[in-house]
Amino acid sequence: MNLTKIEEKILDGEKGEVMERMFRLLVRLGEIYGADKMIPVGSVQVAGVSYKSIGDPGTDFLEDLASKGAKVKVLTYLNPAGMDLENWEKLGFPKDFAKKQLRIMDAFKKMGIIVTSTCTPYLAGNLPRFREHIAWSESSAVAFSNSVIGARTNREGGPSALAAAICGVTPNYGLHLWEERQPSFKINVDLKLEFSSDFGALGYYVGKMVKNKIPYFTGIKDADTDQLKALGAAMAASGAVALYHVEGLTPEADLVKKTNLETISVGKKEIKETYDKLNTGKNPDIVIFGCPHASLKEISTLAEKLEGKHLKKPVWICTSRMIKEVADRMGYNEIIARAGGSIVADTCMVVSPIEEMGYKTTGVNSGKAANYLPSFCKQEVCFANVDDLIGGLI
Amino acid sequence: MKGRIISPGKAKGQAIVSREPIGFYGGIDIKTGIVIEKGHPLEGKSVKDKILVFPCGKGSTVGSYVIYGIKKNGVAPAGIINKETETIVATGVILAGIPCVDKIDIEKIKDGDTIILDADNGIVEVK
Repeated sequence: MNLTKIEEKILDGEKGEVMERMFRLLVRLGEIYGADKMIPVGSVQVAGVSYKSIGDPGTDFLEDLASKGAKVKVLTYLNPAGMDLENWEKLGFPKDFAKKQLRIMDAFKKMGIIVTSTCTPYLAGNLPRFREHIAWSESSAVAFSNSVIGARTNREGGPSALAAAICGVTPNYGLHLWEERQPSFKINVDLKLEFSSDFGALGYYVGKMVKNKIPYFTGIKDADTDQLKALGAAMAASGAVALYHVEGLTPEADLVKKTNLETISVGKKEIKETYDKLNTGKNPDIVIFGCPHASLKEISTLAEKLEGKHLKKPVWICTSRMIKEVADRMGYNEIIARAGGSIVADTCMVVSPIEEMGYKTTGVNSGKAANYLPSFCKQEVCFANVDDLIGGLI
Repeated sequence: MKGRIISPGKAKGQAIVSREPIGFYGGIDIKTGIVIEKGHPLEGKSVKDKILVFPCGKGSTVGSYVIYGIKKNGVAPAGIINKETETIVATGVILAGIPCVDKIDIEKIKDGDTIILDADNGIVEVK
């Protein structure tokens, strides 16, 4: 790997112990994956924020970095935390969990990281441009930024993203290179996709099939950003998809080579089987929307559906603090609260300790959430579209 | 067999082999090192002190911290062998100091085989 004189000096420890340690990790990754050099990144998004995910070892790791004066060089956002950072007590998050979570947030803040906690940074003020090099780590945000925006990032691990933020660079390999962004599967979609959950089911099915490869979709006539968000999130969870192309919809779809592709067809049968597979429970104790974090449009749609209704079970809508602010101003939060629901900011169902809060069966419309809830939150899952989920509660 | 060095070090242990990818986040319990992903071929088994063999990582990017965490908690595998190690697993094993080699034909390794892993030189020996 070609390093500049300044970079060599970092490895010699001239910029301090923290820089040396972090830069060494990036160089090691660069060497493994055949990077020719380091490239500057426009922004970073760091995963590994919830205490539930990283535990005491992760907390110690972050506090150690912060106490040694680590500072980020570029705009750096965070993944969801394990709880609503302001409203945790009222929502019933355990106190000792909250204490640990707040320590983690303090460490990040000390490093100059924007304490945002969202899996949709692109909806909350961290929006890269087409072909911009970035180092993001939340798997659905990686899929969205690569695919829908056309920015360039590998799937960074939490610590490698943090290293990129502290050093301001990332090794130039993988999805930073045009030749690595070419598809190897063609997915023929032969059914009408209506709800976000349909896109989630499609994503879950395709992610299992293509694993860490790049799919090129045909037959998806239209999809808004919310639906593409659901599609990418599910593929990144059931597989390790970091980039997908959709004919006619995503920016690189017309530009990539479409030769020698292995073809997979997805129709009604496959999607129905996926719904059946993801449904492991009945009669949810709680219904949670916003995986990935809900957009303003998704919240306003839910407010419309819930206006004047009374919910029999708790409903959470997870989103970023920024979107919650606007939803508050528009009165959506009040409508949802009057129906018995809650807007929960900074966190999501997967990284919060819902199993410790007495919930056993969770209703979701997200393929990603349906993928993770059984193992990570010991939940039975009802996977359905938004109308069926809400219809069951009013 | 000779592969690519991901994270240096030496280890010896019994192979635990998954033909399916492993997602460490939500896949392996950070406190016990037991595979918790529902329906995974290794569900219920512990990776502690084993040579963990799997084709590639999958799922959440928080996996790196889980690998670091299981090491700190003393329940990590002694070594890891992959067909293809992606960034999430690579970052985790480098940070945790777990010997790891990839580009290995893992079809040649069976559950229970005694493995000598020399990740300083990228060499995997099946006894």
